[in-house]
Amino acid sequence: MPSLIDLVLEGRTSRQHMPWPRTVVDASVWAFAANELAQGRWSLLGLWGEPSTAHMAIIDRDTTEIAVVSIDCPNRAYPSVSKHHPPALRLERTVNDLFGLSAEGLPDPRRWLDHNHWGIRFPLGDRIDALSIAAPYRFLPVEGDGVHQIAVGPVHAGIIEPGHFRFSASGETVVRLEQRLGYTHKGIEGLMRGASIERAAQLAGRVSGDSTVAYAYAFSRAVEAALQLVVPSRAVWLRALLAELERLANHLGDIGAICNDASFGLMQAHCNVLREDLLRAANSAFGHRLMRDVIIPGGLARDLDAKGQSAIRAALANVQARFPELIELYDNTASLQDRTVGTGTVAAAMARQYGAGGYVGRASGRVFDARRAPGYPPYDDLRFEVPVLEEGDVNARVWIRIREVEQSLSLANQILDRLPDGPLRVPVSAEAGPREGMALVEGFRGDIMVWLRLDGGQVDRCHLRDPSWFQWPLLEAAIENNIVADFPLCNKSFNCSYSGQDL
Amino acid sequence: MRKLLFQSFFQRPLTEQAPALDQTAVEELAAAIQRATRRRLGRSLSIREIDAGSCNGCELEIHALNNAYYDVERFGIRFVASPRHADVLLVTGPVTKNMRDALERTYHATPDPKWVIALGDCARDGGCFAGSYAVVGGVSQIVPVDLHIPGCPPPPVAILQGLLSLLDRAARSATST
Repeated sequence: MPSLIDLVLEGRTSRQHMPWPRTVVDASVWAFAANELAQGRWSLLGLWGEPSTAHMAIIDRDTTEIAVVSIDCPNRAYPSVSKHHPPALRLERTVNDLFGLSAEGLPDPRRWLDHNHWGIRFPLGDRIDALSIAAPYRFLPVEGDGVHQIAVGPVHAGIIEPGHFRFSASGETVVRLEQRLGYTHKGIEGLMRGASIERAAQLAGRVSGDSTVAYAYAFSRAVEAALQLVVPSRAVWLRALLAELERLANHLGDIGAICNDASFGLMQAHCNVLREDLLRAANSAFGHRLMRDVIIPGGLARDLDAKGQSAIRAALANVQARFPELIELYDNTASLQDRTVGTGTVAAAMARQYGAGGYVGRASGRVFDARRAPGYPPYDDLRFEVPVLEEGDVNARVWIRIREVEQSLSLANQILDRLPDGPLRVPVSAEAGPREGMALVEGFRGDIMVWLRLDGGQVDRCHLRDPSWFQWPLLEAAIENNIVADFPLCNKSFNCSYSGQDL
Repeated sequence: MRKLLFQSFFQRPLTEQAPALDQTAVEELAAAIQRATRRRLGRSLSIREIDAGSCNGCELEIHALNNAYYDVERFGIRFVASPRHADVLLVTGPVTKNMRDALERTYHATPDPKWVIALGDCARDGGCFAGSYAVVGGVSQIVPVDLHIPGCPPPPVAILQGLLSLLDRAARSATST
């Protein structure tokens, strides 16, 4: 069996791609890689386009080696990966929408992000004028006695992001859910083209508001990989502190919100108080409640002073003191367990096939955390566990989050105990010539991948892959045979990002 | 659970004093309310939130208004599930072209009198997303806007100040007729 390294040796390897290799391959090697993905030895980390190239990032399941394979598309076409490996499907539809590169043999040629409202087609490739009237979007047919459709969105009943859900139900039971996303597509990758590194970092921090730290973190690490920058250790440690605070705030908010979707408001009331305490501490320590624009390429934009440090310590101690009784409340409320146990189950095989990151994957037996492997500093120097469960239901996703709250509390305290002194950033020098970099950072939702090519201090191309790309399709599978009324509960237990996937 | 509920009888409430009104917001509103129908709202506002392509940061801070510290419902302000029940549309995001129709249709589904609040920096003029092929660039390009609350995202106190200003003006213009 060939390893990823063998694959890389098959092609022309790019010299400027850091830290993992990138290689340009021909159609047969590309198809071989697609087949290996389908066989399950490798997982897909991302698939994205350029005007005449398609790229795919792959990780070896056992060794966690990473490589990027690229294929030139002079005829604006490449062999479809999703034909063999369904997790690539929405990505290939997107590459077609944005670049006009078609995947030969694509099982579903419908558009994905392009809703025919842009006035143009292929905005990042060779642009052409769009037809004024496009064919209506055809949802997949569902047939059977008494099957009816329920259309929800894009404007939802709650205060959440926009997307469309098409349920086909038989009585109360969902026969099929089909998602249609793309409503929040802002063209961020288009705006990044030719942008300065500073502006691109600002945009990266606005891909998904709840993961603003994680995105800035991933983007900065990709820039630093491309330019071979060494970030001062104080910044390295503070970045991890920011990331853990973001994870804590999101997990606390979502644990409460999941319970609220099972009509148990008490839990949400208490969780939201803890979340608010953390955000206020973040505000006093870093000048922004969501800690936006604090991580920048080269280091950090601002330091943590003694006052900020004690605010964070106090907030962490507060969560530590009050969270155990909330866990007990969750565990001992039978009416709540009745809703969460056995609801919205994701099969382990599917989580593995889709390479689902975060609590969605870890609640279904997929042991993967980018902080652990491939890993990045300072996590290699910190003690933490990666909780994994097998059940794959709403309850398992809640428990993974509960355990991750405990781990993040411990990590944040370890970081504060050992925070090194020293400078906060290094200058980001504009090197001439193309340099490519890549990073994988564990956000609260899962692993965020950023790939970019810099040229003379500008971003030539940047691709940001949200963990939701490989989680949204699993939600479609998880809701099958559940009742319509349990959808909010399932949806919240996934809490996929709309803006992160629409970009 | 009993213990937690029991504790809350003796704890002092977490809810904080209402913030002072934001002077610029009050001035911005003065003109808006003059134009608007002077019907008494009974000091209560029903709000329909519309995400017109935001990054979700604004939504997080709107959510925070419902926590025990801000407790927005004590002012008679509540978030409703349908535009048909709303007095105010609270719109976030730069308005993506893919959300343009949905925003327009939600506006028309809201009964008069109605107010539109654009929340966040990108809702004013597209913010850092302005100029993209996929973005209209600001809520006022599509529907008339009565109040803008700046910030990226605006903290809950700033949102609360804006909403209270709206209530204050509405109540005053109602009594003056």
